[in-house]
Amino acid sequence: MGDDIIVSIHSDQDMVVARAQSRSLADSLGFSRTEATLIATAVSEIARNILMHAGRGEISMRPLREDVRCGLIVVAQDSGPGIRDVSRAVESGFASTGGLGLGLPGARRLMDEFEIESEPSEGTTVTMTKWRMRDDLERLRERRLRRAVDPGP
Amino acid sequence: MSVLISRQGDYLVASIVSDLSDSQVVALRAELIHKVGKLRSRGVIVDVGGLDVIDSFVARSLRSIALTVRLRGAETVVVGIQPDVAIAMVQFDLDLHPIHAALDLDEAFLLLEHWIEGNREDGR
Repeated sequence: MGDDIIVSIHSDQDMVVARAQSRSLADSLGFSRTEATLIATAVSEIARNILMHAGRGEISMRPLREDVRCGLIVVAQDSGPGIRDVSRAVESGFASTGGLGLGLPGARRLMDEFEIESEPSEGTTVTMTKWRMRDDLERLRERRLRRAVDPGP
Repeated sequence: MSVLISRQGDYLVASIVSDLSDSQVVALRAELIHKVGKLRSRGVIVDVGGLDVIDSFVARSLRSIALTVRLRGAETVVVGIQPDVAIAMVQFDLDLHPIHAALDLDEAFLLLEHWIEGNREDGR
C-alpha cells in the first residue's frame, strides 16, 4: 500500500516518534485535532506497554479507506513474555509490573476498536482502530477528482 | 532543550516546550525536587502547554512531582493543559487529583499567593 508507517520501539525516545507519527497520519486522514490527540495518547500507552513488558517491538499504522468511513489502524507487536490473562489486562486497576494498570484500559476507551492477542512466551499483538465518518460532500469531491483523472471509456 | 526552568521570586516555573520522553519526565521531577530545596521555593508551576499528549505515565509523574515537592514545603500548580489534551484525559479517565490546575501563569501565581498567605495567617 505504501501508506504504512512502521516505528520500531526500543527506547522511550521511540515513543515520542510513535506519538508524532500517529498524529501526523491522523491529520492527513482528516481526523480532527481532538481525535488525533486521542489516537496519539492510545499509541503512547501501547508503545510503553511494549517497552515495559517486552523491551522491544514494533508499531505499524495505516489508513483504512472505505466508502462511508475512513479509519486509522494501529498494530503493536512484540515477542515478549505475553499476557497470561488478556481479559484482566484490559480491566482498570489490574497491574502486572510497575504500572498502575491504567494503560491498556485507557487506550481501549480512546479508540473505537481494540483487540489483544497474546500467547504466554510468544508475545502480544494489540490491534486498535479509530474511525471517522465521511460525509456526502467529501465522497462527491473524491468521485469528481477520480473522474477528472480517469474519464473512463 | 525541552523544559525551561526559571525562578520567579518565591516560585519556580517549569515550562515544557515540546514533547518529552519518559526519562525526560523523570529527570524533570528530580530537578524540581532538588531546586525547590536549593532555592527555598514556596511554589512550583508546571506549564504543560508544550505537551500534545498527557498519558497515564505523564499524569502519574505530575502527581508525583506535586506530592514530593509538597514534602519539601512547596505547592504545585499545573497550567496550560490544551483543550484536546483535556478531552483525551477525561475520555481516558485520567485525572491529576490532588494537584490543582489553572488556565495560565497569572492564575497560577494568584492561587499560590492565596495559599501562601493563608498558611501565614494560619501560623499566627
